[in-house]
Amino acid sequence: MKTGFRYCLLATMVGIMLAAANVASAATDQLTDAALWARIRHNLFSDREMQAAPEHIIALDAPQRAQDAALVPLAIHVGIAQKPDHYIKTIWLIIDRNPSPVAGIFHFTPASGRADIDTRVRIDAYTNIHAIAELSDGSLYVAKRYVKASGGCSAPAGTARAVALSHLGKMKFRLLEPRATFNQPNQVLLMVSHPNDSGLAVNQLTHYAIPPYYVHKIAVTYSGKPILTADVNFSISENPNFRFYFTPHANGALKAEVFDTKGKQFNDELVIAADGSASSAASGNAAAIRNDPDAAAK
Amino acid sequence: MKNVMTAGSVCHVATRGLAAAAIWGSMWLCAYAAAAAPLTVTQVAPGIFVHVGAIALASPANRGDIANIGFIVGSRCVAVIDTGGSFAVGAALRATVRKHTKLPVCYVINTHMHPDHVFGNAAFVPDHPQFVAAANEPRALAARSAYYLRTLRREIGAAAAGTAVVPPTLTVDGKRSIDLGNRTLLLRAWPPAHTDNDLTVYDGKTATLWLSDLLFIRHIPVIDGNLSGWLAVIAELQKLHPRHVVPGHGPLDVPWRDALAREAAYLTAIRDQTRRAIRNGVTLRQAAHEVGQDQRRKWALFDDFNARNVITAYSELEWE
Repeated sequence: MKTGFRYCLLATMVGIMLAAANVASAATDQLTDAALWARIRHNLFSDREMQAAPEHIIALDAPQRAQDAALVPLAIHVGIAQKPDHYIKTIWLIIDRNPSPVAGIFHFTPASGRADIDTRVRIDAYTNIHAIAELSDGSLYVAKRYVKASGGCSAPAGTARAVALSHLGKMKFRLLEPRATFNQPNQVLLMVSHPNDSGLAVNQLTHYAIPPYYVHKIAVTYSGKPILTADVNFSISENPNFRFYFTPHANGALKAEVFDTKGKQFNDELVIAADGSASSAASGNAAAIRNDPDAAAK
Repeated sequence: MKNVMTAGSVCHVATRGLAAAAIWGSMWLCAYAAAAAPLTVTQVAPGIFVHVGAIALASPANRGDIANIGFIVGSRCVAVIDTGGSFAVGAALRATVRKHTKLPVCYVINTHMHPDHVFGNAAFVPDHPQFVAAANEPRALAARSAYYLRTLRREIGAAAAGTAVVPPTLTVDGKRSIDLGNRTLLLRAWPPAHTDNDLTVYDGKTATLWLSDLLFIRHIPVIDGNLSGWLAVIAELQKLHPRHVVPGHGPLDVPWRDALAREAAYLTAIRDQTRRAIRNGVTLRQAAHEVGQDQRRKWALFDDFNARNVITAYSELEWE
């Protein structure tokens, strides 16, 4: 019975600790999906009219149930071409129940060719995801998907991914096709090795939160003209990964500049030759760090 | 007790009601612990007892009893190897040890940080053993414990009561031997493979190698460490000559070399197909649907883990 008593002691302590850890739930937990979306929508767009997007304008592709809540593949497919007089100006990607719901705001131009975007996100709770497109005429279209996933913002990197994290700022930047086709949208892949820490994962031994440290801005230009400018946050998975398009009309340089919350900047460049062949200017994909406060401090 | 975290302490929606329920639950647990039914074990070699867990996801019915766990008895004391997926399973394992020997439990060895192997640890706290794990294990477990506890509560409900994270008190970097009296166990921590903190246990007396989750039989292998690293570790294991091998999941009566070869074949297929997908510009989402589908009929729980394995493999291999 002595052992039984010890179990009681242990188990009762468990109960008491649970009582002590009585955490007030976030106010948004209480809202219905519809009420939460109404609030987010009002904050971002006030009373502007918004139409449900037909598939031929914008479609959101996401798994119904995520395999890995810290790495959920998402794609926004756009059905309209980027023409100078009629194009998608901005796409908001909103994960309603994430701690900071606006995962990304992507700005496009006619030179983008297509306003498709493919990335990977963290999802913290079963949630609606909204993609809102603003066209050049100011009209708004919204696409919605419900995704079952949870814990993505506080889940740590898989140990496999942690290996990749050891090269902060390393980038890969390449065309998805062997060479570029002029006057057509060409898809490119941009990868940045970065922890993109949410600030919400807690070290359970020290009880200190791992501080937020993430990529907050990406600017891509071709021959100096904007292709894609994105304001993003930690809802984007570690090692941020984007696929998007650009339309080259002649040889030039596709430049990517990535900025993080410690003021570091990482760059990579793809030089497109007159025959459409592409070469990475930063040889071997090694990113040049132009502005590294850690290095400056040494 | 300072580092013991409970299944409820991280729950975002914790309310006073829930805390009260936990105290109620703890009282129920007092009764339960006294009556924990022993587990079925097989003596694979003299003094080496293994309980074969269900090939299943954790559920209220199996209480997280889904991994192979057990114990090794020396002349002085007992080493428990993995403790099951909940306090309840740990308590049942403890009752099983008590049924077989009066010797004290001096070591509780965790072969890696996964919840189905460590969540019964708390049941052995009254024995004051050394809790042993690989050097990388405490960091990996700490980073995931809140998430694991939340998931367990969702998966097995009330059966999660009492489950807590008990971190190691002794860690192994490389190799280390421990003595159970007239029986020496050789512990070996491996480079990242199934996880980044895989630990094997070798009993020289019976030439038994407890591989745990470095070897999956029937249950689809789960990649949570490093795919290429795991294949390299398998190549090392194939050079060894143990008489008995204990897998982390699946039956004990399958010839281990064949089983290890089947595991290597799966991992190789995933690696090669994922590399090809990356080279061809196939997206992560598409790869998760397509890669490894030819392996489906060979494994249990394929649909529960294959896509996730591909996602893990893809996010590793895309940086090659």
